[in-house]
Amino acid sequence: MSFLSSPANFFTSKLNDALGWARKFSIFQYPFVTACCGMEYMATNCAHYDQDRFGAGFPRFSPRQSDVLFVVGTISHKMAPVLKTVHDQMCEPKWVVAFGVCTCTGGFYDNYSTVMGIDTIIPVDIYIPGCPPRPENVLDGLMKLQDKIQRGEQSRTLYDPRTKIGRPAELSQSYTIEGHIKHIESASS
Amino acid sequence: MTPLQRIQEKFSEQIIESHAFRGDETAVVRPDALWTVSKFLKSTPELDFNFLMDLTAVDYLFYAGGRVQKPFRFEVVYHFYSLKHNHRIRLKVPVDEKDPQVVSLTDLWASANWYEREVWDMFGIKFKGHPHLKRILMYEEFQGHALRKDYPVNKRQPLVGPVN
Repeated sequence: MSFLSSPANFFTSKLNDALGWARKFSIFQYPFVTACCGMEYMATNCAHYDQDRFGAGFPRFSPRQSDVLFVVGTISHKMAPVLKTVHDQMCEPKWVVAFGVCTCTGGFYDNYSTVMGIDTIIPVDIYIPGCPPRPENVLDGLMKLQDKIQRGEQSRTLYDPRTKIGRPAELSQSYTIEGHIKHIESASS
Repeated sequence: MTPLQRIQEKFSEQIIESHAFRGDETAVVRPDALWTVSKFLKSTPELDFNFLMDLTAVDYLFYAGGRVQKPFRFEVVYHFYSLKHNHRIRLKVPVDEKDPQVVSLTDLWASANWYEREVWDMFGIKFKGHPHLKRILMYEEFQGHALRKDYPVNKRQPLVGPVN
């Protein structure tokens, strides 16, 4: 058995840690902003919350120069092929952040025009729910993304609505009127 | 003499019903007379309805929880406005479910073009004589017409899927 065809033809070392460290502090994001979450995204990016502290302050408006795709806002069926193309154009390694509940699960939309979660089209690494999420929430998500980049992990799987596999369980709890009434009653009592 | 009284006088046969409430005038017109009435509204100098403000449709399926049965399913609604005389009128045209088709008004008001495409896209009502009747909001692969009352609210389309 030659060296190249053996199952262990690579070795890990501190080099991967160094690469991860370098990558997580130089996040060049592509903001795919389609809706109202964009305002919250801008607030996070501005001086008050200052995303630049995390090395993620400089958005690139070309998918070929960026390594994190921020999907900010509702994605409609018509926009879905565009989002897929943008994701395909990004170079590896790449990560995807679903910003806001519309991109996570479809949110309160259940209609003829909205994609019920972008993880049905492209693999998602970090979900930041909220309508829109608070900047603190976004920064929390960003730090979780940094941890993931440090570990060298990338999401490769899509969510399958039939089997309900591929999405965090907290997100896939379905909304019902009965559950909502129960929630209101428990909050008011 | 209000615009409604004027067209009532001229087209008494073609107007099915009408009502006016505090100057808000509505006439329900027979489908075959729509173009003639519209032409009259636009070209008569005392009326001069030069502005098509809105063109939309209503689906009366399950209307009032199914308690009210209308002899037709759809109604196409036109809102006209005269910039010169500052008066308005609303025309309604009943449309049958079996052959949902109305005459196009694009030759009278150019702005009817996109409105009619939207009504075709959302309700599936065809406009006879429209120069380019294709979907305007949804994509070509979209199946069905989304604002019809019998369109399932959680239907998934083939572009994104999975189709259910």
